[in-house]
Amino acid sequence: MAKITDKIKEYTRPGYYEKFDYHWTMSIDLDRCTGCGACVVACQAENNLPIVGEKRFKERREMKWLRIERYWEGEYPNLKLKFLPMLCQQCDQAPCETPCPVAATYHNQDGLNTQIYNRCIGTRTCAVYCPYEVRYFNWFTYTWDEPLEQQLNPDVTVREKGVMEKCTFCVQRIRMAKDKAKDDNRRRVKDGEVTPACVQSCASEAMQFGDLNDPNSKVSKMTKNKRAYHVLEELNTKPSVVYLQKVEKHD
Amino acid sequence: MTDTNYQEPGYADVNRDILQTLLVTGPKYWITFGISASVALICFFGPWAYQLYVGVGAAGMNRSAMWGTYLSNFIFWIGLSHSGTLLSAVLHITHSGWRKAIYRSAEAMTLFSLMTAACFVMVHVGRLWFVHWTAPIPNPMELWPNFRSPLMFDVMAVTTYLTASSIFIYMGSVPDYAAVRDASTGLRRRLYTIFSFGWRGTAKEWHTLSWAYMFFAVFVIPLAVSVHSIVSWDFALSIVPGLHQTIFAPYFVCGAIYSGTAGIVSVMFLLRKYMQLERYIREIHLDNLGKLLIVLSLIWTYINIVEVFTGWYSGTSFEYEFLKFRLFGFYAPLYWEMILFCAVVPLFMLHKKIRTSWKWMFIISILINIGMFTERFIIVATSLPRKFLPDAFGFYFPSFVEIMISIGSFAIFTTLFLIFIKWTPCVSIYEVKETLKPLRRDA
Repeated sequence: MAKITDKIKEYTRPGYYEKFDYHWTMSIDLDRCTGCGACVVACQAENNLPIVGEKRFKERREMKWLRIERYWEGEYPNLKLKFLPMLCQQCDQAPCETPCPVAATYHNQDGLNTQIYNRCIGTRTCAVYCPYEVRYFNWFTYTWDEPLEQQLNPDVTVREKGVMEKCTFCVQRIRMAKDKAKDDNRRRVKDGEVTPACVQSCASEAMQFGDLNDPNSKVSKMTKNKRAYHVLEELNTKPSVVYLQKVEKHD
Repeated sequence: MTDTNYQEPGYADVNRDILQTLLVTGPKYWITFGISASVALICFFGPWAYQLYVGVGAAGMNRSAMWGTYLSNFIFWIGLSHSGTLLSAVLHITHSGWRKAIYRSAEAMTLFSLMTAACFVMVHVGRLWFVHWTAPIPNPMELWPNFRSPLMFDVMAVTTYLTASSIFIYMGSVPDYAAVRDASTGLRRRLYTIFSFGWRGTAKEWHTLSWAYMFFAVFVIPLAVSVHSIVSWDFALSIVPGLHQTIFAPYFVCGAIYSGTAGIVSVMFLLRKYMQLERYIREIHLDNLGKLLIVLSLIWTYINIVEVFTGWYSGTSFEYEFLKFRLFGFYAPLYWEMILFCAVVPLFMLHKKIRTSWKWMFIISILINIGMFTERFIIVATSLPRKFLPDAFGFYFPSFVEIMISIGSFAIFTTLFLIFIKWTPCVSIYEVKETLKPLRRDA
């Protein structure tokens, strides 16, 4: 019996890892979020996201790894608007990882949910299984008009038609920070060395990014905040993005 | 049951009647074949080529409704494939004599609807040119498919089923190929000599055949049940409201046999009418299939009630939202049409006059399959646009390309079937003979 429970523990461990090297986590303070959309633009620029145009946008085929969901509450004039920046939650129990027939999406040793574009055959099952709807499919091969192709980020690939893509937590920046740490003969990346494009561009500093394995990192402190919660926590996906509840005035 | 004006055919009549469907080809056949082949080419392969060129965006799918008619068509065709081999195998094991006249065309239906279903997998994926990665082919990168994936199970199950049912149908046809060989000359004779494996009809050969046939019949039954269970897991293993249901496997298996049996009734009607096989495909077959259809429709209705009930009983807002969309949303007319065609209309078959009337049974069987086709569409089109986050609530409507490809798939099926009936006797010659009274020398 003990053997069986051990096995169950082993198989329910995120991505079969004993312990993640880093556990990259993001915290988003909804009380600070102004819904300005700077993070959306930064993500677009950093990750070579195509601009699909009005027609495709209306067809709900836009490419935004990070979107700001708007929820309206109440009736005019007592109207309240709430913002919920939604990006890949890098779930530790990711529903999207199991169904891929070619294993194009998997959990890496940093606790990231990675997408391998070269391996993807485009069954779109991962997107169907994802409860957060943060996976985006390349319905067409998108092109950039002159001279916009000049601003493509050389650290990030450009995807072709038929490939699924999603937020990577700017894995290219994580990679670079790790390389730099190695060059400096350090074993680990220091807190604050990695900043994804969205976090970097956030004017109100609503977003924090760091390693959850380091108890002194900014993110670890944020997750201990009593306002912290996960979106759709009841689905037991164990997301790596922590939201801090909006403080509301009760009168 | 004895039909009026029914005169039992002799052995020679059987050979002549059935072989004429192979050897004599009228202009009607060529016209039908020409139309269906060109429709397949224009409606299926044309739009598909266009979609391959521009990308899957040619279809109407979008974010949140990432699956569309391609997948619902896939389930429909797999479902239609179900009855053939399964029914034939079950009836063979239970020694039901009435199976003998219909099983060949039923098994052919299995084979060709499986092939059509496989076409839809190809159409569905984003990068067709890498689709072989789903098979465990040894490669220098040592990359393997993901064995946790329900889609991977699907690839395995469908290819196994396709292989097993093609062997099953081929094995059952060997003595008939020999009969064609004996009745023909020239190139056809040489071809059928190869097909029939030099069948001579010795006692030992018959013994081996019946043993092997029984073996495959037993082998195919669990396979048929597993295939559609596995297809249902494509949906049920997700956590999407409306798809994440434990009843999905029996639901799909039941639905598959249901639509498959209805499909057999339609094909039987057409074969009987246009191939002059009135003496072999008889009302007793229709009566029995009608009874089977009633039972299946009752099971199907029960499962549908359970599905709605569990959604309501779960008490979660996600399930409510999805149920509201399915029962009263944009696709509500389709939903209620499905209930009408698959749960209400089949009840008319309780009356024996309707059950034994070819015309009525043909109409009912077509209606059932229309209902089952919409069922599959509704499963995909009403669950995915209502998942969890209200911001991502979407809407799905098939595009022109998708509609054309769906129409084209019926033409592909028809074309393959038309090729088949000129290739293999669509009624088993030797097994029909077994049902006849023994030949009397003095007659």
